Amino acid sequence: MSPRRHVMSVTVRDRPGVLVRIAGLFARRGFNIESLSVAQSEEPGISRTTFVVSGQDETIEQVQKQLQKLIDVLKVVDHSESAFVDRELMLLKVAVRSPDDRVEIRQIAQDFRARIVDVSRHALVFELTGDEGKMNAFVEQMRDFGIIELIRTGRIALPRSESGGGRLPAKARTRAA
Amino acid sequence: MKGAEVLLKALERQGVEIVFGHPGGAIMPVYDALYDSPIKHVLVRHEQAGAHAADAYYRASGRTGVCFATSGPGATNLVTGLATAQMDSSAVVAVTGNVATALIGTDAFQEADVYGITGPVTKHNYLVKDVADIPRVVAEAFHIASTGRPGPVLIDIPKDVQQAEFHGDLEVVVDLPGYRPTVAGHTKQLRKAAEAIAAAERPIMMVGGGGQVAYQQVMEFAEKTGIPVITTLMGIGAYPAGAPQALGMPGMHGTVTANRAISHCDLIVGAGLRFDDRVTGKISRFAPNATVVHIDIDPAEISKLVKAHVPVVGDLRDVLPRLTETLGRLDIEPWWARLDEWKGMYPERYKQDKPLVSQEVIQLFREATGGECVVTTEVGQHQMFAARMFPTTRPRTFITSGGLGTMGFGLPASIGASFARPGEQVVCIAGDGSVQMNIQELATIYKHQLPIVIAILNNGVLGMVRQWQELFHAQRYSEVYLADSNPDFAKLAEAYGIDGYNVFDRATAAELIPQVLAKGKPAVMNFVVYEAEKVFPMVPSGAGVDEMIIGDQEAEEQVTAASDGEDAPSSESEVPA
Repeated sequence: MSPRRHVMSVTVRDRPGVLVRIAGLFARRGFNIESLSVAQSEEPGISRTTFVVSGQDETIEQVQKQLQKLIDVLKVVDHSESAFVDRELMLLKVAVRSPDDRVEIRQIAQDFRARIVDVSRHALVFELTGDEGKMNAFVEQMRDFGIIELIRTGRIALPRSESGGGRLPAKARTRAA
Repeated sequence: MKGAEVLLKALERQGVEIVFGHPGGAIMPVYDALYDSPIKHVLVRHEQAGAHAADAYYRASGRTGVCFATSGPGATNLVTGLATAQMDSSAVVAVTGNVATALIGTDAFQEADVYGITGPVTKHNYLVKDVADIPRVVAEAFHIASTGRPGPVLIDIPKDVQQAEFHGDLEVVVDLPGYRPTVAGHTKQLRKAAEAIAAAERPIMMVGGGGQVAYQQVMEFAEKTGIPVITTLMGIGAYPAGAPQALGMPGMHGTVTANRAISHCDLIVGAGLRFDDRVTGKISRFAPNATVVHIDIDPAEISKLVKAHVPVVGDLRDVLPRLTETLGRLDIEPWWARLDEWKGMYPERYKQDKPLVSQEVIQLFREATGGECVVTTEVGQHQMFAARMFPTTRPRTFITSGGLGTMGFGLPASIGASFARPGEQVVCIAGDGSVQMNIQELATIYKHQLPIVIAILNNGVLGMVRQWQELFHAQRYSEVYLADSNPDFAKLAEAYGIDGYNVFDRATAAELIPQVLAKGKPAVMNFVVYEAEKVFPMVPSGAGVDEMIIGDQEAEEQVTAASDGEDAPSSESEVPA
């Protein structure tokens, strides 16, 4: 069986060194991270990290179990098991060599709903969010003009509501009642 | 109250009576507070020994072992001990001093990133930056170390935090939402397990280190079902060696019967073990026909190496009695007939035509103690001989570094074990290589006059490496020769104030061993044994357990051809296994 890509969400307590532990675990056990993003979740003191890892199913199962063993890890979810939404943010700086290029680039960007965040005589910086396919397609389009640099956040993901992920926050519940 | 006193009070609250440690600059406030504390401190002569002693204290008693060390070199010296405890699931809490918080990150004197260094070799670790956190951190550390799958936890406390004034409450409630070990086995899984076991025609039970806490439950399961029981190196004592249902140790230096049973069985009940590579050999040849029921408290061990058909996550003390209840006696007479036949075919043997060999020394200790002692070992050939010929019958009495294979473990481990089980005879089976890795602890043994007899099986070489060189590296004996520069071990012991004996032949060994044991004093007995002895049977690394080299004859056929008949055919005597 060939390796499959898995998008995993790991909810962790904001404790010093928790990322080091996770990164160390991946390194030590020879798991390969394709992307990783970390930020605050809806609860204070709790962060949500999203990983993309690829590997055989057994490897991924080990990743999950080993992560779950870390004391500061609260929950590990493999989104590949259910429906989820995922997004990524990219900043891309493209070369503008001629007025014609400028028009064409802006037209493509509009089609992708990419926002211009910086303008100069010889370059444009775009901000684009979306799923991975959209990101890759935009990068391909821009390649012809000359990509000067780009940065991507890596994917972040949440389960879709109907698949049972998440629950209403306490406040909202009170209001509903 | 200062942070250092808070630490000791918090340790007292955890029931800590004894700490193994070594002071230094960054932990001096703690040692100052220790001066007025009821906690007993055992001054080891190297921090590594402190960690091993604390580890063995847990293994021998089930009570979490504690060790102290200073910052930098003191803390890095703990690393091998922590890794040893981590691999063998031993509950240890290590406390290290660190440089003051203002100096952290400045490459201060005796500073090391202990939090970073020890992360991979501990179950969890802490760097305490606020004195108010000490009671909570200590309570969490003991909880984490001793519950679920036990393991070492390190607490690093900067010197200024030890000196800071504490105004909080010592009373804390442990709340770790990310740490909830599963104790109770899942009912559905238990039912599946019971069905599979009841349907088996050739079942075996394999008990690992997890069995040390579940001696009674393993016994009851085995007695009711009549299942054959294999105990791994870590499982020795979890089921009594020599009991009619015991098949011995599996794996690389396991018994022929245990390994054959694995190859031929149709079901394995794996209880509290992790199917380490030394146990399984080549995974694809391991128990090819078996349904695997794997019971372990650590879900990550299940299907990590050997695929479990029926996984059961839980504590053996919960799972086994529930299985025992639903199962009756298994109808496996034909299977037992085969096993008994194998058992009779391959008794332990050793050479009679040499003045003294390792196995008979161990045999003499077994006879002299009646097995009623705590055995600790170093790592190497002597360890395997001890596992095979000196397995104990009670839990927590065979203490050895299994997973990490740490040379230098046995001598300090005997100190920890001796404090854990006061008054009990401890026999440390050592090699002349291993014993020198923490030999300084003879001073600690002398100081406390611990009833430890250190039996050095001195073959003048690093025996296990030599064995592999002989068998797999064309007799190229690279850097294994010790005899030309070994100390006179008897004199060395005497220099430490301990009785020392050099023994060269079997008659003297037989006479001296009971006499020395009867003294109840520390002693070093240096047995000069046959150099080229090998541990057999052996499953070569990477081979299947069905590809065992059973005995000297087979191996010597290969070897004598190349080594001028150094090993002339020898007469062998049989010893009951």
